[in-house]
Amino acid sequence: MENRIEFTEEMRKTHTILIPNMLPVHFELIANVLVQHGYKIELLKNEGRAVVDAGLSYVHNDMCYPALLCIGQMIDALKSGKYDLDHTALMITQTGGGCRASNYIHLLRKALERANLGHIPVISLNVSGLEKNSGFSITVPMLAQAVYAIFYGDMLMLLNNQVRSREIHAGDSQRMLETWTRRIAEECRTPRFATRFQKNLRAMVRDFAAIPVTDEPRLKVGIVGEIYVKYSSLANNHLEDFLVSQGCEVVVPGLMGFIGLMIENHLEDARLYGKGGAVLVASKVAGWYVERIEKKMRRVLIESGRFAAPAPFKTLCRLVEGVIGRGCKMGEGWLLTAEMLELIDSGCSNIICAQPFGCLPNHIVGKGMIRTLSRLHPEANIVPIDYDPGASRVNQENRIKLMLAVAREREARAHGASASAAEEAAVSAQ
Amino acid sequence: MRIGLDVGSTTLKCVALDEKGNIVYSDYQRHRARIRERMQAMLEAAIAATGQRRARIALSGSAGMGLAERMGIPFVQEVYATRLALSQLLPGTDVAIELGGEDAKILFLHGENGGDGLEVRMNGTCAGGTGAFIDQMAALLGVPVEEIDALAAGHERIYPIASRCGVFAKSDVQPLINQGARREDVAASILMAVVNQTIAGLAQGRDIAGNIAYLGGPLTFLPQLRRLFDKALGAQGVCPQNSLYFVAYGTALGASEEMDIAESAARLKEDMGQPYAQCAPLFKSEEEYRAFAARHAKTNMASPEGADYAGRAYIGVDAGSTTIKAVALDEAGRILLQDYRSNEGSPVEHVKAFLSAFYAAYPRARVAGAAATGYGEELVKNAFRMDAGIVETMAHFTAARAFEPDVDFIIDIGGQDIKCFKIRGGAIDNIFLNEACSSGCGSFLQAFASAWDMSVEEFAVKGILADRPVDLGSRCTVFMNSSVKQAQKDGASLENISAGLSISVVKNALYKVIRTANASALGKKIVVQGGTFLNDAVLRAFELEIGQDVIRPAIAGLMGAYGAAKWVQEMNLPESTLLSPEELAAFAYTVRTATCSGCANHCTLSINSFGGARRYISGNRCSRPLGGRPEDAPEDLYAEKRQMLAAYRPVPGRRGVRIGLPMGLNFYELLPFWHTLFTKLGFEVVTSGESTRETCARGQKTIPSDTVCYPAKLMHGHVEILRDMGVDAIFYPCMTYNMEEGKGDNHYNCPVVAYYAEVIKNNIRGDVRLINDYVAPHDERHFPRRMHAVLEREFGPIPFAEMREACRAAYAEYHSYMARVRERGQEILRKSRAAGVPVIVLVGRPYHVDAEICHEIDRLIGELGAAVITEDALCADVPKFATNVLNQWTYHARLYSAAKYVAESGDAGLNLVQLVSFGCGVDAVTTDEVRAILERAGRIYTQVKIDEIANLGAVRIRLRSLFAAVGKEAARHGKPN
Repeated sequence: MENRIEFTEEMRKTHTILIPNMLPVHFELIANVLVQHGYKIELLKNEGRAVVDAGLSYVHNDMCYPALLCIGQMIDALKSGKYDLDHTALMITQTGGGCRASNYIHLLRKALERANLGHIPVISLNVSGLEKNSGFSITVPMLAQAVYAIFYGDMLMLLNNQVRSREIHAGDSQRMLETWTRRIAEECRTPRFATRFQKNLRAMVRDFAAIPVTDEPRLKVGIVGEIYVKYSSLANNHLEDFLVSQGCEVVVPGLMGFIGLMIENHLEDARLYGKGGAVLVASKVAGWYVERIEKKMRRVLIESGRFAAPAPFKTLCRLVEGVIGRGCKMGEGWLLTAEMLELIDSGCSNIICAQPFGCLPNHIVGKGMIRTLSRLHPEANIVPIDYDPGASRVNQENRIKLMLAVAREREARAHGASASAAEEAAVSAQ
Repeated sequence: MRIGLDVGSTTLKCVALDEKGNIVYSDYQRHRARIRERMQAMLEAAIAATGQRRARIALSGSAGMGLAERMGIPFVQEVYATRLALSQLLPGTDVAIELGGEDAKILFLHGENGGDGLEVRMNGTCAGGTGAFIDQMAALLGVPVEEIDALAAGHERIYPIASRCGVFAKSDVQPLINQGARREDVAASILMAVVNQTIAGLAQGRDIAGNIAYLGGPLTFLPQLRRLFDKALGAQGVCPQNSLYFVAYGTALGASEEMDIAESAARLKEDMGQPYAQCAPLFKSEEEYRAFAARHAKTNMASPEGADYAGRAYIGVDAGSTTIKAVALDEAGRILLQDYRSNEGSPVEHVKAFLSAFYAAYPRARVAGAAATGYGEELVKNAFRMDAGIVETMAHFTAARAFEPDVDFIIDIGGQDIKCFKIRGGAIDNIFLNEACSSGCGSFLQAFASAWDMSVEEFAVKGILADRPVDLGSRCTVFMNSSVKQAQKDGASLENISAGLSISVVKNALYKVIRTANASALGKKIVVQGGTFLNDAVLRAFELEIGQDVIRPAIAGLMGAYGAAKWVQEMNLPESTLLSPEELAAFAYTVRTATCSGCANHCTLSINSFGGARRYISGNRCSRPLGGRPEDAPEDLYAEKRQMLAAYRPVPGRRGVRIGLPMGLNFYELLPFWHTLFTKLGFEVVTSGESTRETCARGQKTIPSDTVCYPAKLMHGHVEILRDMGVDAIFYPCMTYNMEEGKGDNHYNCPVVAYYAEVIKNNIRGDVRLINDYVAPHDERHFPRRMHAVLEREFGPIPFAEMREACRAAYAEYHSYMARVRERGQEILRKSRAAGVPVIVLVGRPYHVDAEICHEIDRLIGELGAAVITEDALCADVPKFATNVLNQWTYHARLYSAAKYVAESGDAGLNLVQLVSFGCGVDAVTTDEVRAILERAGRIYTQVKIDEIANLGAVRIRLRSLFAAVGKEAARHGKPN
């Protein structure tokens, strides 16, 4: 990139860094880790049509929907008048993988240029050494803390999902989620928050378990897909809320899987292509570190006797064997297939595979694998849903409703209902 | 009693069942978006017919979901309802194919391996292959839908029509009509496109077999459609009694909550929905509108003198995609006679009528020139022996200049196409055509107008003074249908919807076609034209959106024809070759089809005869049937590359093992490498050869994602070809990384090229031994070891020394092949420069060289008089440089390098054309960057989108405009093509 505007040491004190939102809880926590390390951070919360329109105006319309939304959210925020444009910077992740997503930062800069905001510095958040800024550096403690922040996020998301659909008083679970997010966010601002990890997790479990819930069964529905569309309600038309309104319990694999994937990719590259060196060593260390925390989190969940724990990352690696190679690493790569397999294995065979329209990796790891998954697991009930600025919500929800009808019928039948009673069940619950 | 209501996108179906499940009342109506009123009427009719006051009621259908929620009536998902109905009415059905107004579905009632699994495929973001599509096509042919069936019954042949999207299909059908193909054949081809779309788009790898049921409107009303389905499936499906009512019937079966019918009907009245999103009104007051109208009235043209005009006259004809426009000008450029009408599939007859009318009205005038432009340019020009044919863009530019000599931006919105171009230094600089999307066009308004039984003019006028226009955003026509319906449900008036649609036409044109971020920076002197702008609502919306006044000539709809006439006037011909009144009277027009036997393509030719020996052949992909000699054509590195690769023949090997390599994606360019590697190791290497239509058809059934690019789709066919050849193993590795050429920041393949082998492995059927390991040949040190391990696992011990030697030879062969390409490219460039022949660098991916993928655009460029070279012939000479994107893919880095080469060449005769596969996500990144590199150097960027359907018409316009812009057109014009 010629003449890139650098984020300088000085800006660290004067500039507020805006970060786009993908997962409200996780990103809130990570933002606070960055605050602890001396950055002024603001997580963007603007939503709605204005964000989409800003994206459409400033990003090539054939780009994937997440790029449109991410960049649209930032441009929309900058144009809102809320920020001092001479003291604002932007931050965006860059994985360096072979997917288009590694180009978001460049598209963002092009968009800024076209919006006459070219003077705003953009920080690439990457661990692959793609772009560097003198005023921003990722340190090992920062990374280690971010890992904890992500686990905290995954934990809160998981607890909320397992409680929310059964709560007797609407909003209980959400309030608990917010309380805990605030509390952990506060802790993220001190360096020693990681040490209280297990204690905090146990307290969370207690608090969520105390929320009054009904015993009525809920249909479990898993959501996998392209990372942004899977998580962001802005992108997926509030998919989780819709599913809850249809009487489902939502199962969303955590963000840590994606971190695991990025680490595992280096190990796999070593196996396949003989790549070694410092990166391999660092990846092994990181893998060990993450696995240790994962164990702690799983232990708390298993001990709870109430909440289901997600399968360990190692299991995900094993599940795809014979289905797709772990060398398939662009975008969500083999992890997406693994998550579908894990959901089915853990008894959640109704799955929504959410992807941006025309998402390249998902041609392979999502839609491309469904056939094999259905062959291996006849109970699999997977519906791929495409999201883009023009896709109609009615159409998406209609497809999901069909998946739900089939799921309900199967469930009723599995419980020994006659064919006609099962059909009745499928219809009446709609 | 049970009542099921199926609220579809275009129709409303109602069924009432008695307690035994007998149908006691049923009705089927097109609702024309008046859903609530019609539903209410139906429910009341049900009471009247049955005498019952209470019933268990449920709703279904795409438009029924929101309604059901708000009315508190249970909803039954429509596919599920069909399934319920099938198990009652037609047990034993294995597959049901159901086509509706805007949706298409296939229901597999059993799991793929038996079992009870219900599997459903619905059209998602694409509405090709639905009833609305057939309606649209019928309108294009100018016949009522019912007649499509009768026409199709008399078909003799089927033309290939894009089966993916209505927009593409339309651009295939239009040229067929313009070229004079038989309407019977076109009708059958349209239905066949529906069949293909359904099977290819929805079946996604599952066989449609067993007991098949045909349901829904189109399949009920069009027996020919069923017949074509039968033929394509090799089966005999049934269209059961009540095939229209299956959803409604199933919904009734699923209804569980008893309620008062009349009360429910009354609730419909109350349902006014939510408020809709709105835009600012087009005009704040009537005065404002009057001032606007007065300003635009200034472009009215002076009326010419009467019938005794005896000077020179110039004729211009614009045979557009849906309309035909013609003018006759006097020497002062005033209009003597004009015509603008829908071409109804036969431009020739209309032009004949126009010319006859002109000769009759101005018997003393002397025609001094006649020119044709537009889609039907060639046909019209040849039919009437006109003096010239000019490319549409030049015609429009010529016309616009007559109204604003300093025009710097022209936008023409016609029936189904949008053309915009920037003018810089008096030449066309930058062209935008809508290729992938028709939503910003006039036909878009047309489609909605006819839903309300109005002409488009009446419809558009309604919106002018609307107070709260609906904000529909910019989106595809298909999605727009549901948005409009939503707005209606939310209580938007016709006026506000009309205004909203006019605004969205403009937004689509600006943001989807031109893709401008800054609408106010299009230009300073803007001329708008095309019939769509005659609607004041659209014109106003455009001015508001770009924030400045524009010029709309009063003859906005005739500008193409006007420009053609002006152009031929500027040619100053001594006399015109146009048919004389006598010749015109004797003019007879017939058309027949034939199959060309010039080469293996077997093009379908339309032979248009105009009486005497005069005829015009269209449908040809090359000039062979016209008597052209291929050896006269400029040099073409695409063709040479194809020959170079075809030279890698199978060599029987000592191992007696035949390895099959699929010729596409990452294999195309690496064939020399892999061929050498395996041959040296004693394997016999066979390839699947060049792609053909047949390759595509063969693999179609196993494609899991219908939005993936065409080159990837073809891989299914290639692998099936190899399987059926009985090779011992198919080698199709996954390749995250491609060769490292040192031009970028990394050397990835795109995700599809890298991993498509995984899709093949998981979706291909039959007995296939597919070796799809992950390998990385860029690492010459590690690769032999890795490959050795893979092959030993598959074929037993291989001495490592042998492996090392084979790899060495493979790398050498690969580098020598690449060097040959470079040398030939440089040689062509040198020779062409010396001979003054223009050169096009046709950039894309290596696999775009495949004749089926690029539709031999290289040959088309040759016919237009330019030599063709490939990007890899140039990029070695460009040192690595910084780009404004992450330059991380090997193939794409070459694009930037080639663009840099052209930008820095200072050679106006060397231009770049980029081939882009539809659905290629990566090219969303590369196209902008390639354009930027060229434009920074003041060079023209030209992009050609390619897909499974060859729409060479649009490509031709682009290329001719490019040549016109670089000044070659001037030397060519007037010469017969």
